[in-house]
Amino acid sequence: MKARIHVTLKDGVLDPQGRAIHHALEGLGFGGVEDVRAGRLIELTLADGTSDDDIDAMCRKLLANMVIENYRVELV
Amino acid sequence: MKSAVITFPGSNCDRDLAVAIERVTGHAPIRLWHGEQTLPEGLDLIGVPGGFSYGDYLRSGAMAARSPVVGAVVEAAARGVAVLGICNGFQILTEAGLLPGALMRNAGIRFVCRTVALKVENTASRFTKLYQPGETIHIPVAHHDGNYFADDATLDRIEGDGQVAFRYADGINGSARDIAGVLNAKGNVLGMMPHPERMVEPLQGGTDGARLFEALAQSVLERA
Repeated sequence: MKARIHVTLKDGVLDPQGRAIHHALEGLGFGGVEDVRAGRLIELTLADGTSDDDIDAMCRKLLANMVIENYRVELV
Repeated sequence: MKSAVITFPGSNCDRDLAVAIERVTGHAPIRLWHGEQTLPEGLDLIGVPGGFSYGDYLRSGAMAARSPVVGAVVEAAARGVAVLGICNGFQILTEAGLLPGALMRNAGIRFVCRTVALKVENTASRFTKLYQPGETIHIPVAHHDGNYFADDATLDRIEGDGQVAFRYADGINGSARDIAGVLNAKGNVLGMMPHPERMVEPLQGGTDGARLFEALAQSVLERA
């Protein structure tokens, strides 16, 4: 069982890396990019039966910083 | 003054901090490794130094904040022991939940490494009481992730409660309201991005950092 944890900055939190990537895309001549937000993907390989609550606790306690980030769990 | 300085894998200002504390206060700190489960008895000050603990993996300070010794630091802080986090130490203390907010990548993306002017905002705490209200001091910074963030309600609250210890005189990294150093609500935990341990003797270009350590030593004597 695998869980993909998508960690992204909360709305309203400025993303300097996203802005730099945006700038670089424009520098390469790509038009039409309106905004870029950079995030992080963490893939967990879990024992079968690991509870959603446990995965949630992992995210809240370590994988995401809830002051600035949100997370989304995708089971695959 | 009985103090301890913690070393994590990747700390690189731990020795500087220990030397500065000894030079200024006359008492050499105990050096602690990150795996310690308990702290020595009777500490007056715990120093959490700058550097790149655990290679800044995941987020700056994130791994160190979950190390065994930081659990003991959180307990000591609750008992009122002074805790000083500098640079990566500040990042660790926010990640550990001892201080509000978070430190993000500098707004300009670049690593900033130079001496900056700071406005001292709080001159009542045991760390800052030897500075004059409104005084400008000069202390070096060296960081990539010093862009202080907290939501507006939190910023209003910490400003209102006098928890902002230092502000950059000129914005250098995008920090919300130019915040450079923050105290906890009780005033016994200070996190700051600038490095006071790098300004304790004239050979370093100034001594503005020394008064922070002097203030801590004085507070210990007053409590005794």
